[in-house]
Amino acid sequence: MSDEDMMDDEAGGGVVKKFLYVNRKAPYGTIYALESLEVVLIGAAFDQDVSLAFIDDGVYQLTKGQQTDGIGMKNFSPTYRALEMYDVEKLYVDQDSLTARGLNAEDLIVPVEVLNTTQMAELMETQDVVFSF
Amino acid sequence: MSIEINGQTIETDEEGYLTNLGDWNEDIAKVLAEQDELELTSNHWEVINFLREYYDEYQIAPAVRVLTKAIGKKLGPDKGNSKYLYDLFPYGPAKQACRFAGLPKPTGCV
Repeated sequence: MSDEDMMDDEAGGGVVKKFLYVNRKAPYGTIYALESLEVVLIGAAFDQDVSLAFIDDGVYQLTKGQQTDGIGMKNFSPTYRALEMYDVEKLYVDQDSLTARGLNAEDLIVPVEVLNTTQMAELMETQDVVFSF
Repeated sequence: MSIEINGQTIETDEEGYLTNLGDWNEDIAKVLAEQDELELTSNHWEVINFLREYYDEYQIAPAVRVLTKAIGKKLGPDKGNSKYLYDLFPYGPAKQACRFAGLPKPTGCV
């Protein structure tokens, strides 16, 4: 029996829901970003339809070249590159939040889809569950 | 908690995972394996080294499902399957191999 089969059995062939994790805070200084990432990784075992949104200072979670030695924290940004292997492939970033911080998609450590405010609202509208971090 | 290796004291958490990743060396892996009554073969080392490289790149100890898939990709389907990996690491390939590799317990493992 393959791993996939075992997962299906555990889920009891249950309903797949759309989960959106909304990340609004800078990666360090609070525990929100890391906690959100851990919940996503743990939740990935349940084979749900998962999306991540990065808004406001949350866009900093994905920026390249994070250097955390000075604050004595682990730089966990490389872990976002592992999300694909957990079948979490839908990452959305708010256009206005990027622009306000002088960033664009090329500054980010993973490929993302950039959404305007209307599109972001529509994305949230289609979800079954929204977690805000 | 801690373990004694070659007269050195190495800090671990209550489940035996190393507190400081930097403390790790191959002798520590061997001692941890002996505690579990396992002798490390080249097949074990292949997985342990894979995990260390994975952690180095992604800063995370992979879940067993992800580990199995990733091993399959790198070392072929005859190694990237649950049976092969559980035969090597009977307490769970991610959980036990990560401990030998000096990594934290995989995220989401209970």
